Amino acid sequence: MSRIIRATKYLFLSVIAFLSLFPFFWMLNSATNSSVDILTGTLLPGNHLGENYQTLLANTNLIQALWNSFRNAVVATIASLIVCSIAGYGFEIYHDRVKDRLMVILLLSMMVPFAVIMIPLFMMIGKANLMNTTTAFILPTISTAFLIFLFRQSTRGFPSEIIEAARIEGMGELGIFIKMYMPIMRSTYAAAAVITFMSAWNSYLWPLIIMQKEASKTMPLLIANLISGYVIDYGVLMLAVTISILPTVIIFLILQKNFAEGIITSIK
Amino acid sequence: MLKVLKLKRKQNIIGWGFILPATILIFIFYFYPIIRALLISFQSGVGINLSYAGLINYRRLFVDSLFKGSLSNVFIFLILQVPLMLFLALIIASLLNDHKLKFRGFFRIAIFLPCATSLVAYALIFRSIFALDGFANILLMNLNLISSPINWIGQPWTARILIVLALTWRWTGYNMIFYLAGLQNINPTIYEAAKIDGANAWTRFTKITIPLLKPIILLTTIMSTNGTLQIFDETQILTNGGPANATLSLSQYIYRLSFEYSPRFGYAAAISYVIFLLVAILAFIQMKVGDRR
Repeated sequence: MSRIIRATKYLFLSVIAFLSLFPFFWMLNSATNSSVDILTGTLLPGNHLGENYQTLLANTNLIQALWNSFRNAVVATIASLIVCSIAGYGFEIYHDRVKDRLMVILLLSMMVPFAVIMIPLFMMIGKANLMNTTTAFILPTISTAFLIFLFRQSTRGFPSEIIEAARIEGMGELGIFIKMYMPIMRSTYAAAAVITFMSAWNSYLWPLIIMQKEASKTMPLLIANLISGYVIDYGVLMLAVTISILPTVIIFLILQKNFAEGIITSIK
Repeated sequence: MLKVLKLKRKQNIIGWGFILPATILIFIFYFYPIIRALLISFQSGVGINLSYAGLINYRRLFVDSLFKGSLSNVFIFLILQVPLMLFLALIIASLLNDHKLKFRGFFRIAIFLPCATSLVAYALIFRSIFALDGFANILLMNLNLISSPINWIGQPWTARILIVLALTWRWTGYNMIFYLAGLQNINPTIYEAAKIDGANAWTRFTKITIPLLKPIILLTTIMSTNGTLQIFDETQILTNGGPANATLSLSQYIYRLSFEYSPRFGYAAAISYVIFLLVAILAFIQMKVGDRR
């Protein structure tokens, strides 16, 4: 009896794992096949990878879009980490009643649906003449209550003796943050970096609105555009999708422990 | 004594300096736009030529069939998808919480991996698999489960089911991570004791796991509800809101009103406030219900 239960357990998990991985396999496999072969449902790798790549290069600004995505995501990540980590540190180390209340107010911003602030943000960016720029891309996401909260919670585990000792030695408050706090909190920074980079790299609606020039389009916009024609070349499409998710999948596989720790900090 | 006080005050000022940049940015890019959107929702006109119009936009909601349609679409997604996904995530997490389980790390990463994909990317993969002449239909036909291909994105209910399936694929692993973290805080001796008392796996799941994970289940329910009410990328890419607006979401309708048709920012802002209100009300109800049990 218990052997049957155990076997069912493994079978169930294997089926779920298979279903989770199959779309990835399908994507990779399709990237090497021609559209005609894909529509026969082939599960064997083809030899159209080079051809698909040439078609993709010829019909889209692939390199430009990759660079735009990369630049936007890196700038967003660095800016967010600096602004939010120092704030999270500040909210914990110098906390008093006013600052604690302010933190609660900031947390309310997490409940705001993007659709609500989308139109005013669009108008603000237009008025400031920032359309099609990296600045416009990052501005609304530099400071997020989620990241501030993540750093505040992680700071709870930071030994206050270190701060006291550094103060006695005459170190300035900013110096303590940069020289003592930042190196010790590496893993929190890694978690925050993965989360921010992935969400910036994957973001779609905001760049869809503000990146109207061809030269400022990012990867999600590029791949979404590939289905606008009447005939979809699935081989080319899946190759583009593969290229677009490769960076985040690699980062994810390397740092998935940090990513998991980061997202669950909110429940500690 | 005076020196200590002076030092404290200095530190307090520095503390404000640390939190001010982030705070100001959140006020400018979250709180100010919320108020601005509310003001815009009382205005009407085309483009940025807006003038005060009172409650006209809100009255229009009641007679707009496209608005009512998209509202019921997101509720269909919500009711079908959130319970299915959270239940699945709970089951998987409790199975993976077994330290004697082999390939535990592999299962965990495999099920978590969909979270690494962008919403646009996975919607496109699903669109390819579920195309009329795509892999799903070929497989089902070869297995003799269907006699002719299903037009997944061409019929209202199959299109909606496809959205639900896609969402479940993308987010189950994400929620599983929360449950796994919660399960680690539960003392394994509780399960041992229940086993000795003769409780079977199902009883242990419903009588121990679910009650002890209640705060986390509540959190994931609120997060998923919030996400589903705002759904945009999937319905835009996978079904393009179709067929005949059967999968059109509220965010998508707002997007179309603002950036595809001749811009009606006032009316779009009014709809966005409906989403805001729904998010707030549902979170409030869920917290109340969660508290009582």
